[in-house]
Amino acid sequence: MSTAILDLPEQEFILPGTRTCAGCGLPIAYRYMLKALGPKTIMTHPACCLTILHGIYPKTPVAINAVNNTFASTAASASGLAAGLKALGREDYTVLAMAGDGGTYDMGIQALSGAAERETNFIYVCYDNEAYMNTGVQRSSATPSGAITTTTPVVPKRQPKKDFIRIMEAHHLPYLATTCSSYPGDLYNKFMKARDIKGTRFIHLAVPCPTGWGYPTGDTVKIGRLAVETGVVVLYEMEQEVLTLTGKSLSMARSGRKRPVDEYLKLQGRFRKMSAGQIEDFQRQVDERWEQLLKRAGF
Amino acid sequence: MRHHQAEWRGSPIAPACNPRFLERQCRKESITVGQTLILTGTQAAALAAKLCRVQVVAAYPITPQSKIPEVLSEYVEKGELQAEFVRVESEHSAMGVCISASIVGARVFTATAANGLAYMHEQLHWAAGARLPIVMPVTNRGLGAPWTILNDMQDTIAQRDTGWMQFYCMNNQEVLDQVILAYKVAEQLMIPTMVCFDGFRLSHTMMPVTVPSQEEVDAFLPPYRPLYTITAETPVNINPVVMTDPLPDPEGNLCPSYMGFRYRLQESFDQAAPVIAVAGREYGERFGRSYEDCLYRYKTEDADFLFVTMGSLASEASETTDLLREEGVNAGVIGLRVFRPFPVQELVKSIRKARNIAVIEKAISYGYEGALNTELKAALFSCNGHRPAVFNYIVGLGGKDVKPADLLEAAHDTIRSAENKTVQKHARWLGYGV
Ligand SMILES: Cc1ncc(C[n+]2csc(CCOP(=O)(O)OP(=O)(O)O)c2C)c(N)n1
Ligand code: SF4
Ligand SMILES: [Mg+2]
Repeated sequence: MSTAILDLPEQEFILPGTRTCAGCGLPIAYRYMLKALGPKTIMTHPACCLTILHGIYPKTPVAINAVNNTFASTAASASGLAAGLKALGREDYTVLAMAGDGGTYDMGIQALSGAAERETNFIYVCYDNEAYMNTGVQRSSATPSGAITTTTPVVPKRQPKKDFIRIMEAHHLPYLATTCSSYPGDLYNKFMKARDIKGTRFIHLAVPCPTGWGYPTGDTVKIGRLAVETGVVVLYEMEQEVLTLTGKSLSMARSGRKRPVDEYLKLQGRFRKMSAGQIEDFQRQVDERWEQLLKRAGF
Repeated sequence: MRHHQAEWRGSPIAPACNPRFLERQCRKESITVGQTLILTGTQAAALAAKLCRVQVVAAYPITPQSKIPEVLSEYVEKGELQAEFVRVESEHSAMGVCISASIVGARVFTATAANGLAYMHEQLHWAAGARLPIVMPVTNRGLGAPWTILNDMQDTIAQRDTGWMQFYCMNNQEVLDQVILAYKVAEQLMIPTMVCFDGFRLSHTMMPVTVPSQEEVDAFLPPYRPLYTITAETPVNINPVVMTDPLPDPEGNLCPSYMGFRYRLQESFDQAAPVIAVAGREYGERFGRSYEDCLYRYKTEDADFLFVTMGSLASEASETTDLLREEGVNAGVIGLRVFRPFPVQELVKSIRKARNIAVIEKAISYGYEGALNTELKAALFSCNGHRPAVFNYIVGLGGKDVKPADLLEAAHDTIRSAENKTVQKHARWLGYGV
C-alpha cells in the first residue's frame, strides 16, 4: 500500500539549489526519503553524485546534518556516528548511510558487510544508477550486461549485474527493501518502516540517470516506471527475512502482466549496441529472477 | 540566521543554505600521584585510554598492537570503562568509525601498526583535514614485503605528511604519559596525534609504570568539549567539496578555500610547540614527570659528539654514550619525543656545541636517506650558523637487534670521517648481515 502523494508531510529537506544534472532521479528519491526520516536524521555519504547534490562549501541545499566520508567507508562512518551518538546519549537521531552502487557493490562492500554483521543501528541506502556516474560513467559491478559505459566503450559489458541484494539478505537483516525514485509512495512507506526498526536496515534504491543512461531528461520517471513494469527492478521488502512484493510489483504479480524488457532497453542510449540475442538473454535473466521472487513471495 | 559555530573555520562546515527558507520551515524540534605497576607497552597504552575516559574505541588487531584492543574490550565488557567498542572489520574502518564518532563529539581511540597503519592512509589524511583530535598509539613495526612482525619505524615515518602530530616514546612510562598528554594537546589544537612506540621492544616488554589515579587524570584532562554540536535546528554539511577560491556564505561572509583550510592546519602546527610544552609542564607539576622539553637529553651539556635518534633507540644510545665516555669521547644523546611538529629551534639549539653527529634511524626514505637525517640537516640550514658533521646510520630494520657495537661503530665512523673531512654519500646501513 502506497501513501498518497497528498498525504506526505509538507516539510521539505531538499531546498532549492541542488547541483545534480537536470532530470536526475536521485533528488526525487532523496526528497521523499527525508520527508519520511525527518529532521532528526544525520546522514553520511562518500564521494558520488550525492556529494554534488549536497552542494559546495559554504552552502548546502540539504536541511539535515550530513557528513562526508571516504569512498570505502560509508558504513564505517555510519558505525562511528551510531557509536558516537550512543556514547553521548543522543540516540534520538536516525543514522542514515547513503552511497552509490560503486560505493556499495564495489568499494564499500567490506565496511557494509562488517557493520551489518555487527548489527549496527543505521539505515543504509544504496542508490543504484548502475555505474560510476560521478567520475564519468565507468562500469561498476552493478552495471547490467549490454550497457555501454566509458570503460566498456566498444564492447558492451558482458557480465550480468551483481546480485548484491542477495548478498545483503545473507546478513539476516531485520529489514531489507527495494524501491525506485519513480514510486514516491512506495519509497516513503519503506523509509517510514525502516525508521522505526532497530539494527541494520538496507534499502536498494533504483534511480535512473539521464546523463549516464542516455535518455531525455524529461523521461526519468517514465524510465523508472518501465524498469519496474518490465521486472528489471522489482519492488519488495523483507521483514525478519519474509519477502513481500509491494506497490506496482505486487499488482503485476496479481495481474500476471509484465512488459517486455525491450520497451525499457530501447529508450536508453547505453543499450544501443545490444543484439537481438543479447536482449533475449537479458529478458531470460529478468524472467528467471521475477519467477524466483514470485515464488518466494508466495505466488 | 547566523550559523552559531560559524567562527570555527578549522574544517569546512556548510550551513544549509537559504536560512530564511529554513527558518520558515523548521518547526522547532526539541532536539594515585600514582601506583607503580609492571606493565607492557600495550597494557600501558590501554590503561591510559581508560584513564582518559575514551568514549568510542574502534580497533582491528595486528601484531604487536593486538593486546591494546583486547585489554580495552575487557575494560568495556567488565563495565570498568563506559565506552562503545566497535569491533571493526579493518583498519580503514577503524579510522572511519573514529572520524565520524569524533565528528559528533565523542573522545575516540584506536591503535594499530605497520600494514594496518598503511591501510588507514587515506583516512589519516581525512582525520587531519577534518581537524579531529583522535589519539592513536602505533606499535612501530616494519612493513611488508617481505613480511616481518618485528620492530622498525618505517610505518609511522611513512605517514609523516598526513597532518598528524607524532610523539615517540622511550619506555612504557612514556607510553602511558604521552597518550594522556596527546589528548590534552590534540583537543586544544584540533590535530590528531599518533603516540609511537617500538613494537616488542616496548609493546611486549614489562616495565614499572607509575599510574596516576583516575581523579588526577580527570583534573588534568577534562571531558572533551567539541567546537560545535550537531543539532537538528542548524543542519550542516561537514567536509563537503571546497573550491579553490573563497566563496560567500548565505550572509555574504567570505569563507575559506581548500587551501585556506589547509593553511589553517599548518598554522596550528606552527603554534603547536608551546601548547605541547605547556601541557608537558603541567603534566610534570601534577605527576612529577615533565614533558615540557620535546627532546630527551642525555649528557648533552659538554657533548662534542651526539647521537640524534627517536624511540627506544635513545635508551640504547645512552648506554653506548657511557661506553664512549669511558673511551674519552664527550658523547651525548638527543632523542626526539616530538617528531611532528618538528622541533627545529629546540633541536638546533640542543646540538649547537656538538661538532659531530650520528643520526640513528630505523626507517629510510628509499632513494635518499633517513627522514630524521634530512630534517636535521634542513633545520641546521634554516637556522644558518653552526655546521656540525652529520652522518646517517640505518639500523634495526625488521627487528634486527641494535647492539652497542653497532652504535659504537656509528660513533667511531662519524668521528673518524669528520676528522678526515670525508663526506657521507649514502646513509650507512649497519647490521644487515648479507
Ligand atoms: C578511494 C577512492 N577511489 C576512487 C575515487 C573516485 N571516485 C569518486 S566518486 C566515484 C564513483 C562513484 O560511483 P557510485 O558510487 O556509483 O556513485 P555515483 O557517482 O554513480 O552516484 C569514484 C570512483 C574516490 N573518491 N576514492
Ligand atoms: S550523472 Fe546521473 S546520477 Fe549523477 S547527477 Fe547526473 S543524472 Fe544524477
Ligand atoms: Mg553509481
